[in-house]
Amino acid sequence: MNKRNFSQGLNFIIIKISVFVVVAFLFFIIFHIFRNGISSISIDFLTKPPTDSMTRGGIFPAIVGTFCLSIGALIVAVPMGIISAIYLSEYTKGGLFLRILRLGIRNLAGIPSIVFGLFGLALFVIKFGFGSSLLSGSLTLGFLILPTIIAATEEALRGIPQDFREASLALGATKVQTIFKVVLPAALSNIVTGILLSVGRVAGETAPIMFTAAAFYKPALPTSVFDEVMALPYHIYTLATEGTHFEQTLPIQYGTCLVLLALVVLMDIAGIWIRLKARKSKKW
Amino acid sequence: MVKIKTTNYNLFYGLKQALFDINMDIYKNKITAIIGPSGCGKSTLLRSFNRMNDLIDGVKAKGDIFIDDKSIYKDWDVVELRRKVGMVFQKPNPFPKSIFDNVIYGPRTSGIKDKRKLNDIMEKSLKQAALWDEVKDILRQSAMSLSGGQQQRLCIARAFAVKPEIILMDEATSSLDPISTAKIEELILELKKDYTIVVVTHSMQQAARMSDYTALLYLGKLIEYDKTEKIFTSPSNEITKNYVTGRFG
Repeated sequence: MNKRNFSQGLNFIIIKISVFVVVAFLFFIIFHIFRNGISSISIDFLTKPPTDSMTRGGIFPAIVGTFCLSIGALIVAVPMGIISAIYLSEYTKGGLFLRILRLGIRNLAGIPSIVFGLFGLALFVIKFGFGSSLLSGSLTLGFLILPTIIAATEEALRGIPQDFREASLALGATKVQTIFKVVLPAALSNIVTGILLSVGRVAGETAPIMFTAAAFYKPALPTSVFDEVMALPYHIYTLATEGTHFEQTLPIQYGTCLVLLALVVLMDIAGIWIRLKARKSKKW
Repeated sequence: MVKIKTTNYNLFYGLKQALFDINMDIYKNKITAIIGPSGCGKSTLLRSFNRMNDLIDGVKAKGDIFIDDKSIYKDWDVVELRRKVGMVFQKPNPFPKSIFDNVIYGPRTSGIKDKRKLNDIMEKSLKQAALWDEVKDILRQSAMSLSGGQQQRLCIARAFAVKPEIILMDEATSSLDPISTAKIEELILELKKDYTIVVVTHSMQQAARMSDYTALLYLGKLIEYDKTEKIFTSPSNEITKNYVTGRFG
Protein backbone atom coordinates (compact mmCIF):
# COMPACT_ATOMS: atom_id res chain seq x y z
CA MET A 1 0.00 0.00 0.00
CA ASN A 2 1.47 3.36 -0.93
CA LYS A 3 1.50 6.34 1.36
CA ARG A 4 -1.44 8.18 -0.15
CA ASN A 5 -3.76 5.24 0.02
CA PHE A 6 -2.72 4.66 3.57
CA SER A 7 -3.46 8.22 4.68
CA GLN A 8 -6.78 8.13 2.85
CA GLY A 9 -7.69 4.90 4.60
CA LEU A 10 -6.71 6.38 7.94
CA ASN A 11 -8.88 9.42 7.30
CA PHE A 12 -11.85 7.24 6.54
CA ILE A 13 -11.34 5.32 9.75
CA ILE A 14 -11.19 8.52 11.78
CA ILE A 15 -14.36 9.81 10.13
CA LYS A 16 -16.14 6.52 10.74
CA ILE A 17 -15.11 6.42 14.38
CA SER A 18 -16.28 10.00 14.94
CA VAL A 19 -19.67 9.30 13.44
CA PHE A 20 -19.94 6.08 15.38
CA VAL A 21 -19.13 7.79 18.68
CA VAL A 22 -21.78 10.46 18.10
CA VAL A 23 -24.47 8.00 17.10
CA ALA A 24 -23.52 5.56 19.84
CA PHE A 25 -23.78 8.30 22.41
CA LEU A 26 -27.22 9.30 21.20
CA PHE A 27 -28.45 5.72 21.26
CA PHE A 28 -26.92 5.13 24.65
CA ILE A 29 -28.76 8.12 26.13
CA ILE A 30 -32.06 7.12 24.57
CA PHE A 31 -31.63 3.49 25.56
CA HIS A 32 -30.58 4.36 29.10
CA ILE A 33 -33.52 6.67 29.67
CA PHE A 34 -35.93 4.27 28.05
CA ARG A 35 -34.76 1.26 30.13
CA ASN A 36 -34.89 3.14 33.41
CA GLY A 37 -37.95 5.21 32.66
CA ILE A 38 -40.35 2.78 31.03
CA SER A 39 -41.22 1.06 34.30
CA SER A 40 -42.55 4.32 35.76
CA ILE A 41 -44.84 5.03 32.84
CA SER A 42 -48.47 4.23 33.59
CA ILE A 43 -51.81 5.88 33.08
CA ASP A 44 -51.68 7.20 36.63
CA PHE A 45 -48.18 8.57 36.12
CA LEU A 46 -49.38 10.55 33.11
CA THR A 47 -52.69 11.73 34.57
CA LYS A 48 -52.17 12.26 38.33
CA PRO A 49 -50.37 15.00 40.25
CA PRO A 50 -47.36 14.14 42.44
CA THR A 51 -48.07 13.04 46.03
CA ASP A 52 -46.14 12.24 49.25
CA SER A 53 -43.62 15.11 48.95
CA MET A 54 -43.13 14.27 45.28
CA THR A 55 -41.94 10.74 45.96
CA ARG A 56 -45.06 9.17 44.49
CA GLY A 57 -47.83 9.98 42.05
CA GLY A 58 -47.64 11.34 38.55
CA ILE A 59 -46.45 14.29 36.57
CA PHE A 60 -49.70 15.48 35.01
CA PRO A 61 -49.37 19.14 36.12
CA ALA A 62 -45.86 19.26 34.67
CA ILE A 63 -47.06 17.91 31.31
CA VAL A 64 -49.86 20.47 31.23
CA GLY A 65 -47.44 23.20 32.31
CA THR A 66 -44.92 22.38 29.59
CA PHE A 67 -47.73 22.22 27.06
CA CYS A 68 -49.07 25.64 28.13
CA LEU A 69 -45.61 27.19 28.14
CA SER A 70 -44.90 25.86 24.64
CA ILE A 71 -48.19 27.18 23.28
CA GLY A 72 -47.63 30.49 25.06
CA ALA A 73 -44.14 30.82 23.62
CA LEU A 74 -45.53 30.15 20.14
CA ILE A 75 -48.26 32.75 20.56
CA VAL A 76 -45.54 35.24 21.44
CA ALA A 77 -42.93 34.23 18.88
CA VAL A 78 -44.79 33.06 15.77
CA PRO A 79 -46.61 36.26 14.73
CA MET A 80 -43.65 38.46 15.61
CA GLY A 81 -41.17 36.10 13.96
CA ILE A 82 -43.15 35.73 10.74
CA ILE A 83 -43.75 39.46 10.42
CA SER A 84 -40.06 40.18 11.06
CA ALA A 85 -39.06 37.61 8.46
CA ILE A 86 -41.47 39.11 5.92
CA TYR A 87 -39.89 42.48 6.52
CA LEU A 88 -36.38 41.10 6.11
CA SER A 89 -37.12 39.01 3.04
CA GLU A 90 -39.67 41.11 1.14
CA TYR A 91 -39.12 44.72 2.10
CA THR A 92 -35.43 45.32 2.71
CA LYS A 93 -32.98 45.88 -0.11
CA GLY A 94 -29.64 45.10 1.48
CA GLY A 95 -27.23 47.66 2.87
CA LEU A 96 -25.59 48.33 6.19
CA PHE A 97 -28.78 48.59 8.23
CA LEU A 98 -29.95 45.18 7.09
CA ARG A 99 -26.54 43.65 7.83
CA ILE A 100 -26.60 45.02 11.37
CA LEU A 101 -30.16 43.76 11.82
CA ARG A 102 -29.22 40.27 10.63
CA LEU A 103 -26.14 40.23 12.84
CA GLY A 104 -28.31 41.18 15.80
CA ILE A 105 -30.78 38.40 15.15
CA ARG A 106 -28.02 35.84 14.66
CA ASN A 107 -26.38 36.91 17.93
CA LEU A 108 -29.69 36.69 19.72
CA ALA A 109 -29.74 33.01 18.79
CA GLY A 110 -26.34 32.53 20.43
CA ILE A 111 -27.20 34.03 23.81
CA PRO A 112 -27.18 31.40 26.58
CA SER A 113 -30.66 30.49 27.76
CA ILE A 114 -29.87 31.36 31.38
CA VAL A 115 -29.31 34.95 30.25
CA PHE A 116 -32.77 34.89 28.73
CA GLY A 117 -34.03 33.58 32.05
CA LEU A 118 -32.45 36.43 33.99
CA PHE A 119 -33.65 38.92 31.41
CA GLY A 120 -37.17 37.57 31.80
CA LEU A 121 -36.87 37.82 35.56
CA ALA A 122 -35.73 41.42 35.43
CA LEU A 123 -38.17 42.61 32.77
CA PHE A 124 -41.36 40.57 32.92
CA VAL A 125 -41.38 39.25 36.47
CA ILE A 126 -40.16 42.35 38.29
CA LYS A 127 -40.36 45.41 36.04
CA PHE A 128 -43.71 44.60 34.43
CA GLY A 129 -44.94 42.96 37.61
CA PHE A 130 -46.22 39.79 35.95
CA GLY A 131 -44.64 37.75 38.72
CA SER A 132 -43.42 34.22 38.23
CA SER A 133 -46.18 33.11 35.90
CA LEU A 134 -47.21 31.39 32.71
CA LEU A 135 -47.19 34.83 31.05
CA SER A 136 -43.63 35.70 32.07
CA GLY A 137 -42.38 32.24 31.13
CA SER A 138 -44.11 32.29 27.74
CA LEU A 139 -42.71 35.71 26.93
CA THR A 140 -39.20 34.64 27.92
CA LEU A 141 -39.36 31.40 25.95
CA GLY A 142 -40.93 33.29 23.06
CA PHE A 143 -37.98 35.62 22.84
CA LEU A 144 -35.64 32.65 23.12
CA ILE A 145 -37.02 31.02 19.97
CA LEU A 146 -37.72 34.23 18.06
CA PRO A 147 -34.40 34.17 16.16
CA THR A 148 -34.92 30.52 15.16
CA ILE A 149 -38.39 31.26 13.85
CA ILE A 150 -37.24 34.37 12.00
CA ALA A 151 -34.39 32.45 10.37
CA ALA A 152 -36.60 29.50 9.38
CA THR A 153 -39.32 31.76 7.98
CA GLU A 154 -36.90 33.97 6.10
CA GLU A 155 -35.29 30.95 4.51
CA ALA A 156 -38.70 29.57 3.55
CA LEU A 157 -39.73 32.88 1.99
CA ARG A 158 -36.49 33.15 0.04
CA GLY A 159 -37.12 29.68 -1.34
CA ILE A 160 -40.27 30.88 -3.13
CA PRO A 161 -39.46 31.59 -6.78
CA GLN A 162 -39.63 35.20 -7.93
CA ASP A 163 -42.00 34.01 -10.71
CA PHE A 164 -44.86 33.73 -8.23
CA ARG A 165 -44.38 37.28 -7.00
CA GLU A 166 -44.19 38.61 -10.56
CA ALA A 167 -47.26 36.67 -11.65
CA SER A 168 -49.25 38.02 -8.74
CA LEU A 169 -48.15 41.63 -9.20
CA ALA A 170 -48.78 41.42 -12.95
CA LEU A 171 -52.39 40.50 -12.16
CA GLY A 172 -52.81 43.76 -10.32
CA ALA A 173 -52.37 42.41 -6.81
CA THR A 174 -50.73 44.72 -4.31
CA LYS A 175 -47.51 43.78 -2.59
CA VAL A 176 -49.30 42.93 0.64
CA GLN A 177 -51.79 40.72 -1.23
CA THR A 178 -48.92 39.04 -3.02
CA ILE A 179 -47.18 38.26 0.25
CA PHE A 180 -50.21 37.01 2.13
CA LYS A 181 -52.03 35.19 -0.67
CA VAL A 182 -49.18 33.69 -2.66
CA VAL A 183 -45.77 33.83 -1.01
CA LEU A 184 -46.72 32.97 2.56
CA PRO A 185 -49.06 30.05 1.70
CA ALA A 186 -46.43 28.57 -0.59
CA ALA A 187 -43.82 28.81 2.15
CA LEU A 188 -46.13 27.61 4.90
CA SER A 189 -45.01 24.00 5.15
CA ASN A 190 -41.37 25.00 5.62
CA ILE A 191 -42.36 27.64 8.16
CA VAL A 192 -44.40 25.09 10.12
CA THR A 193 -41.44 22.74 10.12
CA GLY A 194 -39.22 25.46 11.58
CA ILE A 195 -41.82 26.21 14.21
CA LEU A 196 -42.22 22.58 15.26
CA LEU A 197 -38.46 22.17 15.62
CA SER A 198 -38.36 25.21 17.88
CA VAL A 199 -41.25 23.86 19.97
CA GLY A 200 -39.02 20.89 20.74
CA ARG A 201 -36.43 23.30 22.01
CA VAL A 202 -38.89 25.28 24.12
CA ALA A 203 -40.32 22.18 25.77
CA GLY A 204 -36.89 21.09 26.94
CA GLU A 205 -35.51 24.38 28.26
CA THR A 206 -35.07 24.76 32.02
CA ALA A 207 -33.00 27.88 32.55
CA PRO A 208 -35.41 30.43 31.02
CA ILE A 209 -38.35 29.23 33.12
CA MET A 210 -36.53 28.70 36.42
CA PHE A 211 -37.04 32.30 37.52
CA THR A 212 -39.98 33.24 35.37
CA ALA A 213 -42.64 30.54 35.47
CA ALA A 214 -41.80 27.22 37.03
CA ALA A 215 -43.13 26.07 40.37
CA PHE A 216 -41.51 23.36 42.47
CA TYR A 217 -44.81 21.86 43.52
CA LYS A 218 -48.20 23.01 42.31
CA PRO A 219 -50.64 20.16 41.74
CA ALA A 220 -53.50 22.46 40.68
CA LEU A 221 -53.67 23.18 36.98
CA PRO A 222 -53.21 26.82 35.91
CA THR A 223 -56.42 28.81 35.60
CA SER A 224 -54.98 32.10 34.36
CA VAL A 225 -51.83 33.33 32.65
CA PHE A 226 -50.68 34.79 35.95
CA ASP A 227 -50.42 31.35 37.57
CA GLU A 228 -47.16 29.58 38.19
CA VAL A 229 -46.93 26.19 36.52
CA MET A 230 -44.94 23.00 36.89
CA ALA A 231 -42.87 22.01 33.88
CA LEU A 232 -41.20 18.77 32.86
CA PRO A 233 -37.59 19.94 32.61
CA TYR A 234 -37.79 21.90 35.84
CA HIS A 235 -39.44 18.96 37.56
CA ILE A 236 -36.49 16.75 36.64
CA TYR A 237 -34.09 19.44 37.81
CA THR A 238 -35.68 19.87 41.21
CA LEU A 239 -36.13 16.16 41.87
CA ALA A 240 -32.50 15.53 41.04
CA THR A 241 -31.02 18.42 42.99
CA GLU A 242 -33.27 19.81 45.67
CA GLY A 243 -35.39 16.93 46.89
CA THR A 244 -34.40 15.34 50.12
CA HIS A 245 -35.33 11.92 48.76
CA PHE A 246 -33.69 12.00 45.41
CA GLU A 247 -32.73 8.33 45.61
CA GLN A 248 -36.37 7.47 46.09
CA THR A 249 -37.55 9.68 43.24
CA LEU A 250 -35.10 8.23 40.74
CA PRO A 251 -37.76 6.22 38.84
CA ILE A 252 -39.94 9.34 38.63
CA GLN A 253 -36.98 11.32 37.30
CA TYR A 254 -36.32 8.75 34.62
CA GLY A 255 -39.99 8.53 33.78
CA THR A 256 -40.21 12.30 33.43
CA CYS A 257 -37.10 12.29 31.24
CA LEU A 258 -38.69 9.69 29.01
CA VAL A 259 -41.92 11.67 28.68
CA LEU A 260 -40.00 14.85 27.84
CA LEU A 261 -37.79 13.05 25.37
CA ALA A 262 -40.78 11.42 23.71
CA LEU A 263 -42.50 14.80 23.46
CA VAL A 264 -39.50 16.47 21.83
CA VAL A 265 -38.84 13.59 19.46
CA LEU A 266 -42.51 13.52 18.46
CA MET A 267 -42.40 17.23 17.62
CA ASP A 268 -39.26 16.76 15.54
CA ILE A 269 -40.72 13.78 13.72
CA ALA A 270 -43.86 15.78 12.98
CA GLY A 271 -41.68 18.58 11.61
CA ILE A 272 -39.65 16.26 9.42
CA TRP A 273 -42.78 14.48 8.21
CA ILE A 274 -44.44 17.74 7.15
CA ARG A 275 -41.27 18.77 5.35
CA LEU A 276 -41.06 15.49 3.47
CA LYS A 277 -44.72 15.64 2.50
CA ALA A 278 -44.38 19.22 1.32
CA ARG A 279 -41.27 18.41 -0.70
CA LYS A 280 -43.11 15.70 -2.56
CA SER A 281 -46.02 17.91 -3.57
CA LYS A 282 -43.76 20.74 -4.72
CA LYS A 283 -42.71 20.88 -8.30
CA TRP A 284 -41.39 24.37 -8.84
CA MET B 1 -56.11 53.84 -33.12
CA VAL B 2 -53.07 54.08 -30.87
CA LYS B 3 -53.29 52.11 -27.63
CA ILE B 4 -49.71 52.36 -26.36
CA LYS B 5 -47.41 55.22 -27.22
CA THR B 6 -43.80 55.49 -26.11
CA THR B 7 -42.03 58.84 -26.31
CA ASN B 8 -38.22 59.00 -26.16
CA TYR B 9 -38.25 56.11 -23.72
CA ASN B 10 -34.89 55.22 -22.17
CA LEU B 11 -34.26 52.61 -19.53
CA PHE B 12 -31.18 52.03 -17.39
CA TYR B 13 -30.15 49.06 -15.28
CA GLY B 14 -27.93 50.97 -12.90
CA LEU B 15 -25.35 52.55 -15.18
CA LYS B 16 -26.03 50.25 -18.11
CA GLN B 17 -28.50 51.61 -20.61
CA ALA B 18 -30.86 48.95 -21.95
CA LEU B 19 -33.25 50.98 -24.11
CA PHE B 20 -32.42 54.03 -26.21
CA ASP B 21 -35.01 56.62 -27.23
CA ILE B 22 -37.79 54.25 -28.12
CA ASN B 23 -40.62 55.91 -30.02
CA MET B 24 -43.38 53.64 -31.16
CA ASP B 25 -47.15 53.54 -31.43
CA ILE B 26 -48.86 50.23 -30.77
CA TYR B 27 -52.29 49.94 -32.32
CA LYS B 28 -55.51 48.80 -30.78
CA ASN B 29 -56.84 45.33 -31.69
CA LYS B 30 -53.66 44.43 -33.52
CA ILE B 31 -50.97 41.92 -32.76
CA THR B 32 -47.59 43.56 -32.51
CA ALA B 33 -44.48 41.41 -32.44
CA ILE B 34 -41.20 42.56 -31.00
CA ILE B 35 -38.26 40.62 -32.40
CA GLY B 36 -34.51 40.84 -32.10
CA PRO B 37 -31.47 38.88 -30.97
CA SER B 38 -31.03 37.85 -27.32
CA GLY B 39 -30.21 40.73 -25.02
CA CYS B 40 -31.53 43.37 -27.43
CA GLY B 41 -33.97 44.70 -24.85
CA LYS B 42 -37.22 43.28 -26.23
CA SER B 43 -38.34 41.76 -22.93
CA THR B 44 -37.26 44.91 -21.11
CA LEU B 45 -39.42 47.00 -23.43
CA LEU B 46 -42.39 44.67 -22.97
CA ARG B 47 -42.03 44.72 -19.20
CA SER B 48 -41.98 48.51 -19.31
CA PHE B 49 -45.59 48.62 -20.49
CA ASN B 50 -46.91 47.26 -17.19
CA ARG B 51 -44.02 48.61 -15.12
CA MET B 52 -42.69 45.19 -14.13
CA ASN B 53 -39.18 46.62 -14.38
CA ASP B 54 -39.96 48.63 -11.27
CA LEU B 55 -39.39 45.44 -9.29
CA ILE B 56 -35.72 45.32 -10.21
CA ASP B 57 -33.33 47.28 -8.02
CA GLY B 58 -31.60 50.21 -9.63
CA VAL B 59 -33.83 50.53 -12.70
CA LYS B 60 -34.41 54.07 -13.93
CA ALA B 61 -36.53 55.24 -16.83
CA LYS B 62 -36.43 58.43 -18.84
CA GLY B 63 -39.08 59.53 -21.29
CA ASP B 64 -42.61 58.26 -20.99
CA ILE B 65 -45.13 55.68 -22.08
CA PHE B 66 -48.79 56.50 -22.62
CA ILE B 67 -51.59 54.00 -22.47
CA ASP B 68 -54.95 55.40 -23.57
CA ASP B 69 -53.19 58.78 -23.63
CA LYS B 70 -52.37 58.59 -19.92
CA SER B 71 -48.80 58.44 -18.67
CA ILE B 72 -48.04 55.14 -16.96
CA TYR B 73 -45.77 56.93 -14.52
CA LYS B 74 -47.79 60.05 -13.77
CA ASP B 75 -51.44 59.27 -14.43
CA TRP B 76 -51.88 55.54 -13.91
CA ASP B 77 -51.94 53.91 -10.51
CA VAL B 78 -49.58 50.96 -10.91
CA VAL B 79 -52.11 48.41 -9.61
CA GLU B 80 -54.79 49.71 -11.98
CA LEU B 81 -52.29 49.71 -14.81
CA ARG B 82 -51.44 46.07 -14.27
CA ARG B 83 -55.11 45.14 -14.25
CA LYS B 84 -55.49 46.86 -17.58
CA VAL B 85 -52.30 45.37 -19.01
CA GLY B 86 -52.14 41.61 -18.49
CA MET B 87 -48.97 39.63 -18.89
CA VAL B 88 -48.08 36.06 -19.77
CA PHE B 89 -44.55 35.03 -18.91
CA GLN B 90 -41.98 32.90 -20.67
CA LYS B 91 -42.12 30.09 -18.17
CA PRO B 92 -45.60 28.95 -17.15
CA ASN B 93 -45.94 30.20 -13.58
CA PRO B 94 -49.23 29.06 -12.09
CA PHE B 95 -49.53 29.46 -8.34
CA PRO B 96 -49.31 26.30 -6.23
CA LYS B 97 -53.07 26.46 -5.77
CA SER B 98 -56.02 24.75 -7.44
CA ILE B 99 -56.89 25.50 -11.06
CA PHE B 100 -59.99 27.32 -9.85
CA ASP B 101 -58.07 29.48 -7.38
CA ASN B 102 -55.48 30.33 -10.01
CA VAL B 103 -58.04 31.71 -12.44
CA ILE B 104 -59.98 33.76 -9.93
CA TYR B 105 -56.88 35.08 -8.17
CA GLY B 106 -57.01 38.43 -9.96
CA PRO B 107 -60.74 39.10 -9.55
CA ARG B 108 -60.55 38.01 -5.92
CA THR B 109 -57.70 40.38 -5.10
CA SER B 110 -59.66 43.19 -6.71
CA GLY B 111 -62.39 42.54 -4.15
CA ILE B 112 -64.99 40.40 -5.95
CA LYS B 113 -66.49 38.01 -3.39
CA ASP B 114 -69.75 36.90 -5.02
CA LYS B 115 -69.34 33.16 -5.66
CA ARG B 116 -71.55 33.06 -8.74
CA LYS B 117 -69.77 35.98 -10.31
CA LEU B 118 -66.38 34.38 -9.65
CA ASN B 119 -67.64 31.12 -11.16
CA ASP B 120 -68.81 32.94 -14.28
CA ILE B 121 -65.49 34.71 -14.68
CA MET B 122 -63.62 31.46 -14.15
CA GLU B 123 -65.62 29.55 -16.74
CA LYS B 124 -65.48 32.32 -19.31
CA SER B 125 -61.74 32.83 -18.88
CA LEU B 126 -60.96 29.13 -19.19
CA LYS B 127 -63.12 28.91 -22.31
CA GLN B 128 -61.36 31.90 -23.81
CA ALA B 129 -58.03 30.23 -23.16
CA ALA B 130 -59.32 27.01 -24.81
CA LEU B 131 -58.68 25.06 -21.63
CA TRP B 132 -62.19 24.61 -20.27
CA ASP B 133 -62.90 21.21 -21.82
CA GLU B 134 -59.66 19.77 -20.51
CA VAL B 135 -60.02 20.95 -16.92
CA LYS B 136 -63.73 21.39 -16.23
CA ASP B 137 -63.82 18.20 -14.16
CA ILE B 138 -60.62 18.80 -12.23
CA LEU B 139 -60.98 22.43 -11.19
CA ARG B 140 -60.08 21.64 -7.59
CA GLN B 141 -56.86 19.88 -8.52
CA SER B 142 -53.52 21.61 -8.14
CA ALA B 143 -52.47 23.60 -11.18
CA MET B 144 -49.05 22.01 -10.79
CA SER B 145 -50.46 18.70 -12.03
CA LEU B 146 -51.17 20.11 -15.50
CA SER B 147 -48.81 19.74 -18.45
CA GLY B 148 -46.60 22.67 -19.48
CA GLY B 149 -48.88 23.68 -22.35
CA GLN B 150 -51.97 23.47 -20.15
CA GLN B 151 -50.22 25.48 -17.44
CA GLN B 152 -49.42 28.21 -19.94
CA ARG B 153 -53.02 28.35 -21.14
CA LEU B 154 -54.07 28.48 -17.49
CA CYS B 155 -51.80 31.49 -17.06
CA ILE B 156 -53.47 33.06 -20.09
CA ALA B 157 -56.89 32.35 -18.58
CA ARG B 158 -55.69 33.85 -15.32
CA ALA B 159 -54.65 37.00 -17.18
CA PHE B 160 -58.04 37.21 -18.96
CA ALA B 161 -59.93 36.90 -15.70
CA VAL B 162 -58.83 40.41 -14.71
CA LYS B 163 -60.46 41.72 -17.92
CA PRO B 164 -57.43 43.49 -19.32
CA GLU B 165 -57.44 45.45 -22.57
CA ILE B 166 -53.85 44.74 -23.45
CA ILE B 167 -52.07 41.41 -23.22
CA LEU B 168 -48.29 41.21 -23.16
CA MET B 169 -46.69 37.88 -23.99
CA ASP B 170 -43.04 37.42 -23.17
CA GLU B 171 -41.92 34.48 -25.33
CA ALA B 172 -45.01 32.76 -24.03
CA THR B 173 -44.58 29.71 -26.27
CA SER B 174 -40.82 29.26 -26.12
CA SER B 175 -40.93 26.54 -23.48
CA LEU B 176 -43.77 24.60 -25.14
CA ASP B 177 -43.99 21.79 -27.66
CA PRO B 178 -45.18 22.54 -31.23
CA ILE B 179 -48.76 21.36 -30.65
CA SER B 180 -49.22 23.53 -27.55
CA THR B 181 -47.57 26.39 -29.41
CA ALA B 182 -49.99 26.03 -32.32
CA LYS B 183 -52.92 26.02 -29.91
CA ILE B 184 -51.77 29.19 -28.22
CA GLU B 185 -51.05 30.94 -31.52
CA GLU B 186 -54.55 30.08 -32.73
CA LEU B 187 -55.86 31.47 -29.50
CA ILE B 188 -53.97 34.72 -29.86
CA LEU B 189 -55.33 35.25 -33.39
CA GLU B 190 -58.81 34.60 -32.07
CA LEU B 191 -58.38 37.17 -29.31
CA LYS B 192 -57.25 40.00 -31.50
CA LYS B 193 -60.74 41.36 -31.95
CA ASP B 194 -61.12 42.07 -28.25
CA TYR B 195 -57.60 42.80 -27.12
CA THR B 196 -54.46 44.61 -28.04
CA ILE B 197 -51.70 42.05 -28.04
CA VAL B 198 -47.95 42.57 -27.86
CA VAL B 199 -45.73 39.52 -28.16
CA VAL B 200 -42.02 39.16 -27.72
CA THR B 201 -40.73 36.23 -29.70
CA HIS B 202 -37.51 34.56 -30.68
CA SER B 203 -39.12 32.88 -33.61
CA MET B 204 -39.32 34.94 -36.77
CA GLN B 205 -41.76 32.46 -38.28
CA GLN B 206 -44.06 33.07 -35.36
CA ALA B 207 -43.85 36.82 -35.80
CA ALA B 208 -44.52 36.47 -39.52
CA ARG B 209 -47.44 34.07 -38.98
CA MET B 210 -49.31 35.96 -36.33
CA SER B 211 -48.54 39.61 -36.13
CA ASP B 212 -49.89 42.66 -37.92
CA TYR B 213 -46.96 44.85 -36.96
CA THR B 214 -43.38 43.93 -36.21
CA ALA B 215 -40.70 45.87 -34.41
CA LEU B 216 -37.03 44.96 -34.62
CA LEU B 217 -34.91 45.87 -31.64
CA TYR B 218 -31.14 45.70 -31.80
CA LEU B 219 -28.78 46.68 -28.96
CA GLY B 220 -31.57 48.54 -27.21
CA LYS B 221 -32.54 50.61 -30.22
CA LEU B 222 -35.70 50.40 -32.29
CA ILE B 223 -34.29 49.67 -35.73
CA GLU B 224 -37.46 49.35 -37.73
CA TYR B 225 -41.14 49.21 -36.95
CA ASP B 226 -43.71 48.64 -39.65
CA LYS B 227 -46.41 46.33 -40.96
CA THR B 228 -45.21 42.77 -40.60
CA GLU B 229 -45.50 42.13 -44.30
CA LYS B 230 -43.25 45.06 -45.07
CA ILE B 231 -40.65 44.03 -42.47
CA PHE B 232 -40.38 40.54 -43.86
CA THR B 233 -40.63 41.31 -47.58
CA SER B 234 -39.08 44.70 -48.16
CA PRO B 235 -37.39 46.05 -45.07
CA SER B 236 -35.92 49.51 -45.45
CA ASN B 237 -33.07 49.02 -42.99
CA GLU B 238 -29.96 46.96 -43.71
CA ILE B 239 -29.92 45.44 -40.17
CA THR B 240 -33.56 44.37 -40.48
CA LYS B 241 -32.87 42.81 -43.83
CA ASN B 242 -29.93 40.85 -42.48
CA TYR B 243 -31.85 39.77 -39.39
CA VAL B 244 -35.03 38.56 -41.08
CA THR B 245 -33.05 36.69 -43.72
CA GLY B 246 -31.20 34.94 -40.94
CA ARG B 247 -27.75 36.40 -41.60
CA PHE B 248 -27.31 37.11 -37.89
CA GLY B 249 -29.21 36.73 -34.64
